[in-house]
Amino acid sequence: MSVLSEELREKIRAEFPKYPNKRAVTLPALHLVHDTLRAVSREAIVEIAELLELHPAEVHDTMTFYNFFKDETNPLGRHRVWFCRSISCMLRGGEELLETVCHKYRVHPGETTPDGRMTVEFAECLGACEGAPCILVDDVCHMNVNPASASALIDKL
Amino acid sequence: MATFEPALFARINKPDSALLKTYQADGGYSRLKEFLSMAPGDVTNIVKDSGLRGRGGAGFPTGLKWTFLPKDHPGPIYLAINADESEPGTFNNRYLMELDPHQLIEGIILACHAIRSQKAYLYLRYEYGTSYRVLDAAIRECRAAGILGNNILGTGVCCDIVLHRGAGAYICGEETGLIESLEGKRAWPRIKPPFPAIEGLFRKPTIVNNVETLCCVTQILYRGTEWFKSIGVPPDPNNPRDPGSYGPKLYCVSGHVNRPCCVELPLGVTARELIEEHAGGVWKGRRAKAVVPGGISMGFLSASELDTRLDFAGPGRVGCLGLGTAAVVVVDDQTSMVDVLYNCCRFMSHESCGQCTPCREGTAWMTKILERIRTGQGRTEDLDLLMEVAGSMGIIPGTTICGLSDGAAWPVKNAISKFRSEFEDYIRSRKASVTSAQQLMAVH
Repeated sequence: MSVLSEELREKIRAEFPKYPNKRAVTLPALHLVHDTLRAVSREAIVEIAELLELHPAEVHDTMTFYNFFKDETNPLGRHRVWFCRSISCMLRGGEELLETVCHKYRVHPGETTPDGRMTVEFAECLGACEGAPCILVDDVCHMNVNPASASALIDKL
Repeated sequence: MATFEPALFARINKPDSALLKTYQADGGYSRLKEFLSMAPGDVTNIVKDSGLRGRGGAGFPTGLKWTFLPKDHPGPIYLAINADESEPGTFNNRYLMELDPHQLIEGIILACHAIRSQKAYLYLRYEYGTSYRVLDAAIRECRAAGILGNNILGTGVCCDIVLHRGAGAYICGEETGLIESLEGKRAWPRIKPPFPAIEGLFRKPTIVNNVETLCCVTQILYRGTEWFKSIGVPPDPNNPRDPGSYGPKLYCVSGHVNRPCCVELPLGVTARELIEEHAGGVWKGRRAKAVVPGGISMGFLSASELDTRLDFAGPGRVGCLGLGTAAVVVVDDQTSMVDVLYNCCRFMSHESCGQCTPCREGTAWMTKILERIRTGQGRTEDLDLLMEVAGSMGIIPGTTICGLSDGAAWPVKNAISKFRSEFEDYIRSRKASVTSAQQLMAVH
């Protein structure tokens, strides 16, 4: 029984024509698998490697370089919320915002709430410094966030 | 000085500014056919004559970079667009991509024509989800209108753009790190030479240009080199190696100001003008203690250096690393420089790729020393130790492959040399300023 569905495999194969070799599809494939399965497991790594004609260690090497991808021991919740902690946000309360949310939802940065709704992360500069502090909900940015508006966003997830 | 009219930002406040019809109504793509009928070398010469310097941070002359490609190469030649905007405080590329993607796309097509490339890879940081969707829609519009693809507007020129999303790593903004990442590997910068123009993406000749640089290319082709050179700062006549700082620049202002903003101005505006006239002044009626001139890796201006011109040469005259991304971050007089420097070091330590020992270890130890100082356990010798570590890492002392390390060292060098007494007072007072929020992140 394979981990990657035929649909997911088709999506990965659809990336091939964009690049002169299959190895370049490593990041797109990891994103597709990670988005769908909420983690990239060891089995998934082996199957991605087969599709891309790589050794599993090569896929694993790339995957673990980027702190972005979760493995099966710590899968993502249904949503991922990033709190910027870099300079412009730090100067305007970004770190305290993260702390407040972590306390309220009883979760540490990098972990998922027990109901599986949300994984909380700290982020380095999200590139929305004119709206500091800012957060990213999945990949949508929200600016000038305070504890109340962050909670309102999270409660709607 | 005549009133400055924004060029890069001319359309961003129009309704539907991201749509093809809005761009075309404004004259966009109207002369693309004419430009694509020119010889590639002529397009390169126009960009070379304009004096355009790369907007991504290093300020290398763009036209000159294009001429480094091997002549008569059979191809393929690639254009890689650096849209991994990750320098803390920087967000101008996001404005360009979200609000006027066609200006960028036209610049990409023109650059591809100049360098004889038929394929451009746009490396976009993952965090810019909105930019991704806007660019994806704009590229589709162009393909449908015959502006991208085979035989663009009947000229016989071919060009297509692939959007490639990153995965949250600052080092992918380094051009060879970006290339390695695009190839599906860990983003470890390459030893140069060979430079990417000779052997880059997929081992083929490659030009890596920043988003704002390519938008400038569009403007230069339409408005001419004379227009571009009428803006900004001409070369220093006493310095034969200074290529000048021509053209408009998108300045980002954030931190402790009343109205953080991204504003287009002629290169050479001072930090004080940006803060007072464009960002509404320092917040809460306070004064600026320190100002980051171009992203944290460029170091700090002190309060007495705010009249520094933010052109390519200005920040270097007061000990900063350079203009960088022209991202200005203002720190008010109620904020501890120890805390600000800790934030910078923690960022660089988190983002060092780990390939070169001086950078991997240097960034980590500088962060640890600052952590110790911030728990009240610092010693005044720590400041000399920080300076010693900072002085031993980077391309400038010759110990690392890429410039991330110089950028990690610079805020340390500037903060300690310009604010030394504050650091000494902090250490002697034995005060502690580690917050519970930071402890929460340190657990991880």
